[in-house]
Amino acid sequence: MEELKTRLISDDGIRCDGRRLDEIRPIKFQIGVLNNTDGSAYVEWGRTKILVGVMGPRESHPKHLALSDKARVEAYYRMASFSVEEWKSPAPSRREVELSKVIREALEPAIFVELFPRTSIDIFIEVLQADGSTRCASISAASLALVDAGIPMRDLVASIAVGKVEGKLVLDVQDKEDKAGDSDMPMAYMPSKNAVTLLQMDGQITHDEFIQSMELLKKGCLEVYKKQKEAIEAHFKGAISNVEEA
Amino acid sequence: MTTFFEARQLVSPGTLLAEGNYQAGFNVYRENGKYYASMVGLADVRNNMISVIPLRGCYIPQPGDIVIGKVVECISTAWMLDIRSPYQGVLFASEFLSKPLNPLKEEARRYLDVGEMVIATVIAFDRTRNPSLTARDHGLGKVHRGTVIDVDFTRVPRIIGKKGSMITMLKKETGAQILVGQNGRVWISGKSRDEEAIIAEAIRKIEAEAHTTGLTDRIREFLVNSRR
Repeated sequence: MEELKTRLISDDGIRCDGRRLDEIRPIKFQIGVLNNTDGSAYVEWGRTKILVGVMGPRESHPKHLALSDKARVEAYYRMASFSVEEWKSPAPSRREVELSKVIREALEPAIFVELFPRTSIDIFIEVLQADGSTRCASISAASLALVDAGIPMRDLVASIAVGKVEGKLVLDVQDKEDKAGDSDMPMAYMPSKNAVTLLQMDGQITHDEFIQSMELLKKGCLEVYKKQKEAIEAHFKGAISNVEEA
Repeated sequence: MTTFFEARQLVSPGTLLAEGNYQAGFNVYRENGKYYASMVGLADVRNNMISVIPLRGCYIPQPGDIVIGKVVECISTAWMLDIRSPYQGVLFASEFLSKPLNPLKEEARRYLDVGEMVIATVIAFDRTRNPSLTARDHGLGKVHRGTVIDVDFTRVPRIIGKKGSMITMLKKETGAQILVGQNGRVWISGKSRDEEAIIAEAIRKIEAEAHTTGLTDRIREFLVNSRR
């Protein structure tokens, strides 16, 4: 008697939400959505919804934490209680603290921190709805919020994940695939520098699959990068377009 | 030597701007002989210098800049001023008063209290210490009358205009005293509060339409119409 199991990928390589294996979810970035921050961005990444606000560079508080040679970058990743299917405790979890650190480390190489010694740059990330790849969406949206805050950067940071589901590599992992899959590998990338700022992996993959994953990740990051640039274009074009004389 | 942008093209951090023998101006950085933008803004090349006119950003003090600061803290012989920058300005008593201030005998607050506005210039700033300011020069000092408004720091060059065209026009049309601080604060002193409000509105209009053509004429029209 064979066990009945829901499959996540059909025989002709279509995933449970209708995507091909190397297809990303629909991504919509919006810049400058908040009034009381220096820079902000909102992203809808499939069903994942994240709001990012950036404050700074501003005087570092408490003062003893200020660094004398560069700005202190701090990320605060937080999931709303209603962001997941089961209610999440509002207390900061181990996972949130870890993701805050990882996101900060993925963004800091892109920022010219040495230009603002003794100041701090705070990145507040609020996950409103989570459906996988929240760290990737957070990093991608946060780099747009940093741009909106007018913080000098080397490049935008684009991020995406590759997973292994039912023996196949899939780009842009959603929650269902993440939970059922064998591995998850997020990457953050600065395309014009060809520099990786974050690479994590859990689960098990072979060396060949790793090489393939890297190719897939690069391709995905470039697609995200394109969306980011489009969002910047859309937001700032309005400010500089020539007004027709009445 | 090639540039990869059209004049005043919108660029974002990481955009490759040029290759070859150029100089890196504002908001541009060089890496392996290539020039990239580090901010959102409009790319520009002038005298072999590539720069990006920023669309967003905060004020970084430069020696010689005139700034308008708001007192946030009184220390025994100095005041800390909010100058809309990541770094607070320091105004020593000796740079504000014409006589020495003895902290044992009198309080600094007697001369300048929290919340008051000061027009000052930046003497020195190197990011390792807070910028030091002076208000002991002609036209500087405490703001006694008029209105001070906050504007977007990136719009300051537009409010001043090419060779001061916009600010000259504003002063000529209204007869008011106007001072634009480099840090994105404008002091307006007119005959009445209403007049100051009209000028403030005109400046808001400049701020909103900063990167459009024929702006000076439109603002003049606005001032003429609102006076009627």
